[in-house]
Amino acid sequence: MTSVWPQLEPHLADVEKPARYIGLELGAQRPEHGPGRVSWLLTYPDTYEIGLPNQGLQILYEILNERDDAVAERAYAPWGDLDAVMRRERIPLFSVDTHRAAGDFDVLAFNLSAELTYTNLLNCVDLAGIPVRAAERRPEHPLVAAGGHCTYNPEPLADFLDFVVIGDGEEVVSEITAVLADWKASGRTAGSRTAALRELARVEGVYVPSMYEVHYDGPAIREIRPRHPDVPERVEKRTIADLAAWPYPRHQLVPLTEVVHDRLNVEVFRGCTRGCRFCQAGMITRPVRERPAEQVRTMVSEGLRRTGYDEVALTSLSTADFSGIESVVQGIVDDPSACGRVSVSLPSLRVDAFTVGIAAQIQKARRTGLTFAPEAGTWRMRQIINKLIREEDLYGAVTSAFSQGWRRIKLYFLTGLPSETDEDTLGIHELARNCVEIGRSYTKGVSVKASVGGFVPKPFTPFQWFGQNTVDELYRKIGLLRDATRRTKGLQLTWHDPRATLVEGLASRGDRRLGPVIEQVWRRGGTFQEWSEHFRLDLWLEAMADHGLDLDWYVYRHRTEAEVLPWDHISAGLHKDFLWQDWQDALAEVGLPDCRWTPCYDCGACTGYGIEHVVASAVAPAGGSQGTGQDLSTGDLCGTSVPVELRSPRKPVGALP
Amino acid sequence: MSSAQIRIRFSKRGKIRFTSHRDVARIWERALRRAELPIAYTEGYSPRPKLSFGLALSTGYESNGEYLDVTLRQVPGDVELHELPRRLAAALPQGIEVQAVVALPAGSASLQQAVTSCTWHIEVGAVLPASVAPATAAALAAPELVVTRQRKGRNVTDDVRPAILEAELLGGTTIEAELATQPRGLRPAEFLTAVDPTWRASRVTRINQWTQVGGARREVIDLPPAATPPPHAEVRAS
Repeated sequence: MTSVWPQLEPHLADVEKPARYIGLELGAQRPEHGPGRVSWLLTYPDTYEIGLPNQGLQILYEILNERDDAVAERAYAPWGDLDAVMRRERIPLFSVDTHRAAGDFDVLAFNLSAELTYTNLLNCVDLAGIPVRAAERRPEHPLVAAGGHCTYNPEPLADFLDFVVIGDGEEVVSEITAVLADWKASGRTAGSRTAALRELARVEGVYVPSMYEVHYDGPAIREIRPRHPDVPERVEKRTIADLAAWPYPRHQLVPLTEVVHDRLNVEVFRGCTRGCRFCQAGMITRPVRERPAEQVRTMVSEGLRRTGYDEVALTSLSTADFSGIESVVQGIVDDPSACGRVSVSLPSLRVDAFTVGIAAQIQKARRTGLTFAPEAGTWRMRQIINKLIREEDLYGAVTSAFSQGWRRIKLYFLTGLPSETDEDTLGIHELARNCVEIGRSYTKGVSVKASVGGFVPKPFTPFQWFGQNTVDELYRKIGLLRDATRRTKGLQLTWHDPRATLVEGLASRGDRRLGPVIEQVWRRGGTFQEWSEHFRLDLWLEAMADHGLDLDWYVYRHRTEAEVLPWDHISAGLHKDFLWQDWQDALAEVGLPDCRWTPCYDCGACTGYGIEHVVASAVAPAGGSQGTGQDLSTGDLCGTSVPVELRSPRKPVGALP
Repeated sequence: MSSAQIRIRFSKRGKIRFTSHRDVARIWERALRRAELPIAYTEGYSPRPKLSFGLALSTGYESNGEYLDVTLRQVPGDVELHELPRRLAAALPQGIEVQAVVALPAGSASLQQAVTSCTWHIEVGAVLPASVAPATAAALAAPELVVTRQRKGRNVTDDVRPAILEAELLGGTTIEAELATQPRGLRPAEFLTAVDPTWRASRVTRINQWTQVGGARREVIDLPPAATPPPHAEVRAS
């Protein structure tokens, strides 16, 4: 077990940003390997700058290293220049902690947060000296695993992964370690490898693709079934009931070189019940589990002292919804030990004046920019996607922001949403232009940036049946917006590449037949596909054609209710009939308020696992209309009444806390 | 509240040499906060801690003598100054070591102004050891060494010989060279090119930074007697 550092070191002066390959971060663990410890190489299949801040990876890194039967190190995808050196000099993928070769670990575990990193996963496995196809691995090879949001549809990667973790990893990594300890103790024979995988398939939340077979009817899937009677028909996701029991990361890594989100990150809650129908994260992470405000305060103050950061982000899918938000924020701002120099950032801001009030409270000095996500341009469209923001909420928030000194506003939108008309698309311009107008009365230097992304339907959302817009259609819509915004001074439009949206859509709802496509794209040099300068649509189209697969079938086609979806043997706890009903409601333009403060709709996420929303406050947060069940009668500012039908609960259950 | 400046001398060795000058600045900002030093901040829109670094060290180079000036909100006492290296050691990453901390008298020249030359150990890669000494001697003997360099997108030709204050073979293929930092600074890589355009440095270490006091060369901060001087440094520093 030697370090590759001596081979690597002479080349580091010749590659870009060599500091990303040296480790030495504050918070880095001192891994102690041994025969009694299952060794995990936690790998992020993108650059160090993108991967280091990943909280999921950092949480597991600590939990595993705290155990006496496990040890964990970290690896990231080397950039192209180092990749070339490594292949030339025969240097394998290595950990940044001790520069140990990836092949010396028991498990290579990947975090998958974006579909466009799939080819990088193959590249990392190959650089590790491990066959990319699971079926070709021999007893001496490590097991290759993945977790993270993308693994809710693991099928496109089924050929390459030995096992997959669905859901929260905090508890299940220890159960997996226990199974793998036996495998390791056996000396990793062929027989014990198969036995270990069989055993893993029985651990709740673990999916072993090779233990399932898929039967097709032409292009359609007829059935997905386990190969053995003891392997579950459906793999249920794992959910930790109490976030307070997992105050991780305790020692957040502080990198020596620049990374994204370079600040202290404290997760204030997991899950979201806003019910935005396009949002996979909100659906699959239910129920809402808040961290107690006191614990958040402790994690913030100890974290700042330990790391030396002067910025903390309170992370969640909608941080303004956190019950203790005001007191926590005030506490950080007023903390005398922080000398008033700590800035707080709240990613995923809700769109209302209350939120801006909190932002004003914390950004005393640097009022540079605020970001809101109305997601769609018209109230009709926002009802369809269930992002129930009224125009007056947005204008109220924007007025509040400009009047308190902000000059730059960023607005996030999606285009290509179900039943979107050109009027809806152009509504994006309308909203953004009105925000510019509001800004003009406060400042000369108003800048509104509207960022438009093409919508990708995701598994386990009500839109999983929706046929994605074609590349041409997305270009056309962006063209409409570009023509409209060109005439508006102070408004800038940016958009996500519709060609990348296409590939995301392909991988997002693909099945096992995409494996060879992903492999071919990787073999022909298609790595770092999420980096626009490296994205190669031609490789994807070519690979699809070479394997006789049809984009229309995989991406553009609407699915039917009866269809077997490639991820039907995975469960995010959500009832499929709930999702279908929600899809029908979307098409009927019916909104669905937040269930934290209204009766339960029985989506399945709580009842199925015997967990309830853990929310400290019994009442909805102040301000705004979003999901609070209050005053959703109007959709626009001018007083024109747009009736909103709110669906009544289908299956009421007992009172929630 | 009266502010005060301190000057810190530190080394940068090992893996951490692959961090950039900007990285090191950020590492220090965080380390000073972790050590809970009362750092002074700039006024205005986005307050920054008042730190001032000396001459940038290229990414990949090691150093035995880097400097940093820090403005504190209050004047530190002698005892506190003595404790600082230990306090900072706990807050700094492996490879960056504080060697000395001194209070800076008001009106001291900035590091950029004060430093006039640096001594370097430059290991030449992929050359015959026997060829290093003669080539170095020949360069020193030359009346002028004209090199063409890219400066701001333009080719600039000038004589770099005056910037080479000393150069001799230290052993193996490593040259010890004292190169000026002003009026015209010469970097180790440029020095090698001037000696032999085919040479490339395989390892570079900054050993000392020198300042002029009354016509004599002196260390920017004298190392405390307890600190172990690096190899060959004691001869130069005396």
